[in-house]
Amino acid sequence: MKIAIASGKGGTGKTTLATNLSAYLSEEEKVVLIDLDVEEPNSGLFIKGDLVHKEDKYKMIPLWEQDKCTLCELCQEVCNFHAVIQLTDQIMVFPELCHSCYACSELCPTSALPMVQQKMGELKHFHLGNLSFVESRLDIGQEQAVPLIAQTKKYINTHFSGEMIQLYDAPPGTSCPVIEATKDADLVILVTEPTPFGLHDLTLAVNTMKELKKEFGVIVNRHGIGNDDVLEYCLKEHIPVLSKIPNDRRIAELYSRGELVYQKFPEINKQLLKIKNYILEMKNGKAQ
Amino acid sequence: MKIALTAKGTEWDSMMDPRFGRTEFIVIYDDEKKELSHYDNRAIESMAHGAGPRTAKKLFELDPDILLTGNGPGGNAAAVLKNSQVKVFVGAGDMTVKEALEAYKSGLLKSF
Repeated sequence: MKIAIASGKGGTGKTTLATNLSAYLSEEEKVVLIDLDVEEPNSGLFIKGDLVHKEDKYKMIPLWEQDKCTLCELCQEVCNFHAVIQLTDQIMVFPELCHSCYACSELCPTSALPMVQQKMGELKHFHLGNLSFVESRLDIGQEQAVPLIAQTKKYINTHFSGEMIQLYDAPPGTSCPVIEATKDADLVILVTEPTPFGLHDLTLAVNTMKELKKEFGVIVNRHGIGNDDVLEYCLKEHIPVLSKIPNDRRIAELYSRGELVYQKFPEINKQLLKIKNYILEMKNGKAQ
Repeated sequence: MKIALTAKGTEWDSMMDPRFGRTEFIVIYDDEKKELSHYDNRAIESMAHGAGPRTAKKLFELDPDILLTGNGPGGNAAAVLKNSQVKVFVGAGDMTVKEALEAYKSGLLKSF
């Protein structure tokens, strides 16, 4: 079962929830946590297991072979991303803009744009008891998170059973990387905070999930600050609120030291149990 | 000599567009004829990606001697422009087309 932990607004507690929930669930069953926020993965600050596997990840980009090229302009015409530009007597390729669609390469009448590998990042796989942890990290200078997110999901599908609980720590926002990180999820948990900013971005995330036709629920983190607008919005929109995690400075202090919090706070334990029950009910097909 | 300017309009008193890749117009001033002509670049609005190289390619084809703009081209656009002879001057983002040309002629714009 795939559960994506996402949010509209950044800094609402996706990683705090993903790491604590996965550690909590792994006390009783096998769980895999996947950090898909490849532009700034940070679940690894909280989950320190043994490294069992590491691999470089590549994307494919066209390489111009001048001696074969007839400067027919077809490559630049078919590129939707302007990653291939023809100047007077040369073709320029912009690897950061390339989406690896192969159009220029496949359609080139003289095969002057073969696709070659370019390293975009690195995947690491750790073990910690029942908990497996996989993170991918985009190389500095790489602009596209989507291909690395897609390849990381592929790695998970190859190495882990679909029956297992798989928790995906998604990037913030509602752009392409978030779509890629959530589109195969059986359940999307949107973490928000009860502030006007939190509500504004939650609304964007909710609309995105509706568009994707996803099952989703909301967790209100730092409950007690701000106002009740988020809860009223969820009530009005019939969005299940899976849990309300209280605001507590001590949680932030532990977080800042890279520590998990649930063992030290009975209240958090209680909230995680509620989330776990919701997940298990859904997994067993009893939700709703 | 041909001088290109990134602008939000096509007239002497049109405001400059501080952006290079997503500039609305490329205005061309012909120093001999003392005339303005322009290229309408507004189709770029609907393109999510690659505005920089796209506009740079257009500028490459227009082949001016000088480009006056605001913030300066980004990395991809600059890579394209390196293949042309154009000299880029920046810092004219808040001026009109006329003011930008005068500032350039007075040596007030910074070379990019």
